[in-house]
Amino acid sequence: MNILVCIKRVPDVGARLEVMSGERAIETRNLGFTISPHEECAVEEAVLLVEKHGGSGTVLTLGPGDAEEQLRDSMARGMDRAILLETDGEDWDPVQTASAIVEVIRMQEIQGFRFDLILFGNESADAGNYQVGIRVAHTLDLPCVAGIKRIEIREGKVIARRENATGWEVYQVELPAVVTVKEGLNLPRHPSLRGTMTARKKPLERFRPNRGQAALEMVRLRLPAEQGSAAEMLGEGKQAVSRIIEVMEELEVLEK
Amino acid sequence: MILTFIEHDRGAMNPVCLETLTSGRKLSASLGVSLQAVLIGSKSLGLRDALQRYGVSQIHMVEHPALEEYAPEAWAKSIAQLMGSVRPHVVLAAATEKGNEILARVGALASLPLAANCVEVNAGSAFQVQRYRWGSSLLEEAQVHGDPKLVTIAPHLIDPQEAETRAEASLASFSPTLERKDLRVCVSAREETASEGVNLKTASVVVGGGRGVGSAEGFQLLEELASLLGGAVGGSRVVTNNGWRPHSDQIGLTGNRIAPQLYIACGISGAIQHLVGCKGAKHVMVINKDREAPFFRRADYGVVGDLHEILPALIEAIRKRKTQAGASA
Repeated sequence: MNILVCIKRVPDVGARLEVMSGERAIETRNLGFTISPHEECAVEEAVLLVEKHGGSGTVLTLGPGDAEEQLRDSMARGMDRAILLETDGEDWDPVQTASAIVEVIRMQEIQGFRFDLILFGNESADAGNYQVGIRVAHTLDLPCVAGIKRIEIREGKVIARRENATGWEVYQVELPAVVTVKEGLNLPRHPSLRGTMTARKKPLERFRPNRGQAALEMVRLRLPAEQGSAAEMLGEGKQAVSRIIEVMEELEVLEK
Repeated sequence: MILTFIEHDRGAMNPVCLETLTSGRKLSASLGVSLQAVLIGSKSLGLRDALQRYGVSQIHMVEHPALEEYAPEAWAKSIAQLMGSVRPHVVLAAATEKGNEILARVGALASLPLAANCVEVNAGSAFQVQRYRWGSSLLEEAQVHGDPKLVTIAPHLIDPQEAETRAEASLASFSPTLERKDLRVCVSAREETASEGVNLKTASVVVGGGRGVGSAEGFQLLEELASLLGGAVGGSRVVTNNGWRPHSDQIGLTGNRIAPQLYIACGISGAIQHLVGCKGAKHVMVINKDREAPFFRRADYGVVGDLHEILPALIEAIRKRKTQAGASA
């Protein structure tokens, strides 16, 4: 079976964000970049499914030219080929993103490359719009199950489990299908050295998609008001234990 | 008119919807329009009274035999059809997993944008929202084009508040036109998991560990402390990615959001990924040997030192107190 995984390149942010002047992006000069967490699991799942059922894994992203790094990373983890929808580096809104992805999937189909399963992250770590996978599925008229943490493929169907407050909801849909997944689906492997070497030679196609009209138009970014202040220091090392216990009593988590 | 999607599971409302109704009522007052709600499946009829108390003037009851179980494509199609007939200005939902899912699907069906996870809605001449990015670490101001506006409201911003005046909500039945294909995505079975121990999301004390714990075995100490305090154990993303704890124990952007009375964070530096998950904690105590750890600036109490020394001493001190209390009782 042929699987397509759509990923997003996101900065690996540490303890605080900084908004750049112009208020349209965060400062990333000193940051590394990574695959958004849910999608990292989507890549791992695709590799596992292809190992089990055969076929191929294609990884796709819409982003700046530098997003090649995340595509190569995915191929180092076992994906076979990559597609880069190269933008000017600005964040596209979910409608624009979905329509560019739909266009390239249709183009792939015309070229004889059909996907049985298309995986997305349930939401990206940075923008958190919760909708690109759903929009792509709708336009392609494919069934879409969202928020999934367990995937099985059986007799042309995907059996997908979604966690809720009391357990699991089970969905069964016919392939081809779209599934949006969440971290916890699996424990992603680290790329091996050998994987990293072979990833350099795997095929990567680049396209420049047309950017449609923005429907959810970013005006500006800003940081929320800083919360809290410096901690009250209770001491150093074991000497702090008596103060810790006093605080626990004050907070009534420990009986006096 | 503002139409609010009420998320429920076989008749049990997600309580976050009460916050959404409270926000919706304020928005409806500022726009001078009515607050209405859509309920899907006849099992949800029992929610009528609660909706009335929160100021809903009209309830649209979507009835169809196939809609009793959660069937998101069909639920969304029903709402899209209802929108066509009642013409709301705004469609609201709580920014829960399913609230976001349903409105995203409505957006896809009706070719409308969805503004998810909003903190504020400014319904002026240009309809603008402020929405969360990075969990809740960054705010985006955005303009929402198209009509009606689809908006989900971030949970836990406000306390639910009933309407001051009470009026009977009228009930209108709506029968959607559904095809077989609309029901292809549907919950076909449920597997209830037996809950064991204290639940991370509802525990009054949580003991969390990060990279500083060092190994899966290192969590033994955190387990001991948590069990003495009747609490639960969690970890940062580093911990679950290393396989030291299962992913279900993760506190953070891609894991659980916790809200204990006290959160004791051990060996966690305080990255955004993690802070988003423990924002709901009433009090945070940070134990870290790095006095420059950014988490100290977001905590109520701090202890500088090695958790591998502090926790055993703390556990011993708490045990001693318990035996003394036992002896004097």
